[in-house]
Amino acid sequence: MSLPTTDIGTEEYKYGFSDDVKPEIIFDKGLSRKTVEDISNIKSEPGWMTDLRLKAYEIFLEKPMPEWGADLSEIDFDDIIYFVRASDKKMTDWDDVPAEIKETFEKLGIPESERKFLAGAEAQYDSESVYGALQGEWEKQGVIFVDTDTALREHEKLVKKYFGSVVPAADNKLAALNTAVWSGGSFLYIPKGVKVGLPLQAYFRINTQNMGQFERTMIIADEGSNVQYIEGCTAPTYTTNSLHSAVVEIICKKDSRVRYTTLQNWSGNVYNLVTKRAQAYENATMEWIDANLGSKVTMKYPSVYLMERGAKADVISIAFANTGQHQDVGSKVVHLAPYTTSKIISKSISKGKGRSTYRGLVKIHEGMEGCKSNVNCDALLLDEASATDTYPYIEIEDPTAAIEHEATVSKLSDEQIFYLQQRGIPEDEARNMIINGFIEPFTKLLPLEYAVEMNRLIELQMEGSVG
Amino acid sequence: MTEKNGLLTVENLKVKIGDKEILKGVDLKIGPGEVHAIMGPNGTGKSTLAYALAGKSSYEVTSGSVTMEGENVLEMSPDERARKGLFLAFQYPSEVPGVTVDNFLRVAYNTIKKEELSIWEFRNLLKEKMEFLKIDESFSGRYLNEGFSGGEKKRNEILQMAVLQPKLAVLDETDSGLDIDALQIVAKGVNELLPEDSSVLVITHYQRILRYIKPDFVHVMIEGRIVETGGGELAEKLEEKGYDWLKEKYGESGKDSD
Ligand SMILES: Nc1ncnc2c1ncn2[C@@H]1O[C@H](COP(=O)(O)OP(=O)(O)OP(=O)(O)O)[C@@H](O)[C@H]1O
Ligand SMILES: [Mg+2]
Repeated sequence: MSLPTTDIGTEEYKYGFSDDVKPEIIFDKGLSRKTVEDISNIKSEPGWMTDLRLKAYEIFLEKPMPEWGADLSEIDFDDIIYFVRASDKKMTDWDDVPAEIKETFEKLGIPESERKFLAGAEAQYDSESVYGALQGEWEKQGVIFVDTDTALREHEKLVKKYFGSVVPAADNKLAALNTAVWSGGSFLYIPKGVKVGLPLQAYFRINTQNMGQFERTMIIADEGSNVQYIEGCTAPTYTTNSLHSAVVEIICKKDSRVRYTTLQNWSGNVYNLVTKRAQAYENATMEWIDANLGSKVTMKYPSVYLMERGAKADVISIAFANTGQHQDVGSKVVHLAPYTTSKIISKSISKGKGRSTYRGLVKIHEGMEGCKSNVNCDALLLDEASATDTYPYIEIEDPTAAIEHEATVSKLSDEQIFYLQQRGIPEDEARNMIINGFIEPFTKLLPLEYAVEMNRLIELQMEGSVG
Repeated sequence: MTEKNGLLTVENLKVKIGDKEILKGVDLKIGPGEVHAIMGPNGTGKSTLAYALAGKSSYEVTSGSVTMEGENVLEMSPDERARKGLFLAFQYPSEVPGVTVDNFLRVAYNTIKKEELSIWEFRNLLKEKMEFLKIDESFSGRYLNEGFSGGEKKRNEILQMAVLQPKLAVLDETDSGLDIDALQIVAKGVNELLPEDSSVLVITHYQRILRYIKPDFVHVMIEGRIVETGGGELAEKLEEKGYDWLKEKYGESGKDSD
């Protein structure tokens, strides 16, 4: 998701174009037991996966829709296409990717960025991955970076061991749905002690109208390993809704460190309901760096279960809610071992009639002595009609815990704008500067190319007079 | 140059904040290279004049005119005025979290000077001015005014002035809150870091700073008007006698003069 070279349009959402790739396979709308079986059959999956899917489908039917958060009443599960295969072969050479798909990704700046500064890249188009590559150096060291379908074929044992171990199907209705109809996603395994110096990137593109994208991503960081994974997501602008409902499971073994960065920039018709969870073992560090732009509704609370002594969770997220959008985001950290630490920083910006919600939970179980937690939520309102609310739940059962919590709500201040204008900076630029300053604690954690892109995306949000 | 004394001309300027008239007809002429000082009791409208010149939106100009080099300043947005060469060192500078001093100033510099200095080129320029003003190097990477002490904020304003090289620098109580050493450094900055023909308007309560920045003219503002103008000796007289004698002459009771 780095700087695209082609100018795609001047409207505020510049990734809103679609292309007319003729898919190899496209399902009819709707979900049934047969849909689930068909997906599994097309992929020639082992029996245990088919069973897992079918069991999850039953759970999906039983579970109620979550009603505690954003308004999901408009989602019609029968009006969604559950599987689209755009291309019958996955390519490892970019030149072999079908022309239209290639063009789409090139407009989005891929794989240009890969050549420059990535250790590997995956590109998913609708339901499946169309391209994947990993630099030889890392392959030699035993790193596995493939789409999850390929992983199931080539590394079945590993997948079987970990699939659903962090996010079981019964976790929530949408996790059950994902387990039933999942397709694509990244599978990443880092062997003991391997430190991948450059980021690995995956790119997710929805193209088909009324599409449901249900990727399943798994990262297993073995002891003492280190990796940074970045995902970007976009979709065309349609008048009907699309659904993106991913599950991400991460295991950080002893002394490992995983940084998972998301830059999502969905079009305004996407329901984005994602379950992301990590388990961190002894002295491991899990970092979620999560940017939420666009979509109609986003509900996402990247979480970390601190399983063993010394484990650390760092979650930093930003959300930009424009008119017609509800960003219901936050984080959850469960301290299940003594001397574990967590830090949550959440920054939200609401513009026009946009609404942002912070929803978070920090739980420290009884007997878990010496835990520390620090939660910081800042909301910035750009207009009178903008809204924000905060639900920071903190459940502490151990008296030795050190907890800090701070929340602020501010408005873009005329004084600041005037001050910058007095130094020659035009009003619009002054605004952008203040907003980019507000999210600076976030941007400074991104690789430079992405930080630049992030600031530009915010500027695009500021330009559009959506209403 | 059309008029010799025509850098800034303020004529009969009246300014309202909300329903309250604060400036009640200010006249002021500043020529190139001149140093002017405005003194006056608290709440008489000195900052209001500074803000009105800079174009703050809540300050409503109800009559009068302001021109800079013959151009109508009142029609310009605040950033246009800045690009014309008007600089205001704020009495209370804003904090802008997340925006570093060097980044911000580079953008400002490039906008005003219509240049494209790279990060490195600009850093050298900034470093030189910082050394002159004895500002620690680490300040360039800090967020604009965030957590700065009162004196540090003031010095940072002068740093910005030195970088942006305005034609007219309005210093609103830049001397308050500065210790003696800092005051001398700041004054030296004003004297030596501006171009020869730049003008300065010093708003102050104390004669002290005027010992270092020698004014050509000293004006006294009382209740929204400039009521007395003189040379450096007027500042000394005020320091000695206070404002009562002027208040009696021109204040509430003395509104007889038109
Ligand atoms: N936003 C505002 N709303 C209402 N009144 C205001 C506002 N800003 C300034 N004033 C009033 O305008 C008058 C002039 O204020 P100004 O700040 O210009 O005074 P000053 O001469 O700079 O005083 P000082 O020496 O204390 O800095 C004061 O009575 C002040 O209360
Ligand atoms: Mg004042």
